[in-house]
Amino acid sequence: MTRPVLLFTLLLAIALPLSLLAGRVWIDPAATPNAALIVMELRLPRGLLAIVIGAGLGASGAAMQGYLRNPLADPGLFGIAPGAALGAVMALWLGLASGLLLPLFALVGAGGAMALLALIAGRSGGIALFTLAGMMIASLAGALTSLAISMAPNAFAMSEIVSWLMGALTDRSWNDVWLAAPLTLAGIGVLMLAGKSLDALTLGEAAARSLGINPARLRWAMIVGTGLAVGSGVAVAGIIGFVGLIVPHLVRPLTDGRPSRLIAPSALAGALLVLVADMVCRILPLVSELRLGIALSLIGAPFFLWLLLKMRRELA
Amino acid sequence: MLEVQDLCVELGGASVLRGITATFRPGTVTAICGPNGAGKSTLLAALAGLLPAASGKVLLDGEALSAIPARQRARAIGYLPQAGEVAWNLSVEALATLGRLPHGDSDIQAVHAALEATGMAGFAQRPIATLSGGEKARALLARVLASGPRWILADEPLAALDLGHQLAMLRHLRSAAQGGVGVVLVLHDLPLAMNHADHVLVLDGGALHASGPPEVALSPDTIGQVWKTRARWLGEPGTRALSIS
Repeated sequence: MTRPVLLFTLLLAIALPLSLLAGRVWIDPAATPNAALIVMELRLPRGLLAIVIGAGLGASGAAMQGYLRNPLADPGLFGIAPGAALGAVMALWLGLASGLLLPLFALVGAGGAMALLALIAGRSGGIALFTLAGMMIASLAGALTSLAISMAPNAFAMSEIVSWLMGALTDRSWNDVWLAAPLTLAGIGVLMLAGKSLDALTLGEAAARSLGINPARLRWAMIVGTGLAVGSGVAVAGIIGFVGLIVPHLVRPLTDGRPSRLIAPSALAGALLVLVADMVCRILPLVSELRLGIALSLIGAPFFLWLLLKMRRELA
Repeated sequence: MLEVQDLCVELGGASVLRGITATFRPGTVTAICGPNGAGKSTLLAALAGLLPAASGKVLLDGEALSAIPARQRARAIGYLPQAGEVAWNLSVEALATLGRLPHGDSDIQAVHAALEATGMAGFAQRPIATLSGGEKARALLARVLASGPRWILADEPLAALDLGHQLAMLRHLRSAAQGGVGVVLVLHDLPLAMNHADHVLVLDGGALHASGPPEVALSPDTIGQVWKTRARWLGEPGTRALSIS
């Protein structure tokens, strides 16, 4: 186990129990009535879900950045999360949001976005084409999502869609954990298996192929891995932005720079970030709880700008 | 033995290589020369098994290269592309360790031997971004050497280097060849090819124009026909200089 993995595991081990106690009601295990009930039925599933979703986003971000050899890559930028959101919105729009259907719709949406991306830009592997194609898919999915909102069958459906899109972990149950956790973990597993191929890609696509990497297999690993890890997260929590972008950046200096060494610590750091952010959302003394997706974008967007400024200075 | 037989390669519908037949021998340094667009890099990539043949074949020890599993091919043939891209700021050691990917290990002894052979042992922990162009080129060569290939195919490995680093690089490649490795280089610089290669292929417009020892393949006649330049060689074999009139 590498040092960053140990570090983030340790921090998670501290943060998780804290998140079980923190909230609108601070729990004193000895005094609070129904403490066990609150922890077991509300806060533990919510905390675990934050960990699962954050891990999926962190790992996907690390893998995407490795795949595109670009530190600005984020699963959200490339149409996967918007695709998943569109799928979920369609489920809400059609009134099929019960049980397994909403996440299934979201997964189909995520897979569709990735397949489209691979179809358009996967063959040549050119970063510019891949990026542009992904952004087009993201805006197409976004436009279709807006269309679905504007054509919502009734006001209730509309508000349900809008509030779902903002991303939150409020009132999530064990069912959501059982849905998202296996899929996300499978996705992270696929991405970690692709780690060595991503390492080879550090040298460019031709050199990677000369090292025996199969580009088609790697592309599929990226599609399936990111689709599962991000899609299942979006399915149970809506759009949670910027985790996939920020986390690999913060973690990269702690590693030797090889993409394969970045995936596991990014998963853990992503879990930590979402867990802590969700805890802060609960604690903040606002009239209604701050949506997690909004909170992370509030942190993420300025970070992204800072990153661009820094890169501009380095390039200048 | 690495051979191409009547090899034709098409890129985007255009015929880039037409009917190339050549044999590359272990333990020798072969230079592929030719004007821009002659198909040098394409031939090298085809030798590395990275491009499909439209017709004809590439054979490694008599076996069709396209039929050899990618990992096995990667262990036999090390390929150094022209761009020298390194996407992340790895340490020199981590970069060289990428050469072990076809073996599925990170044999630290092989990596250190490769760093030693390229004079990069003292740079093992240095991030790539802090290296000069010449040091980076040696680190990338160490990556190829670390996999212990039987063939090294390098596309313009000397292009961005100063004279001293060019000669150092050629020394490293020559010592690999003396160890039995077959070295194939795309070279633009005709005097370097003349003085340092055992065998030279001259490509022109996708076809093989000349092949043989450098004194034969790079004769003034050939240079006149292929590069449209009147030139003659000065000095003695091994230290030739090109005089262009």
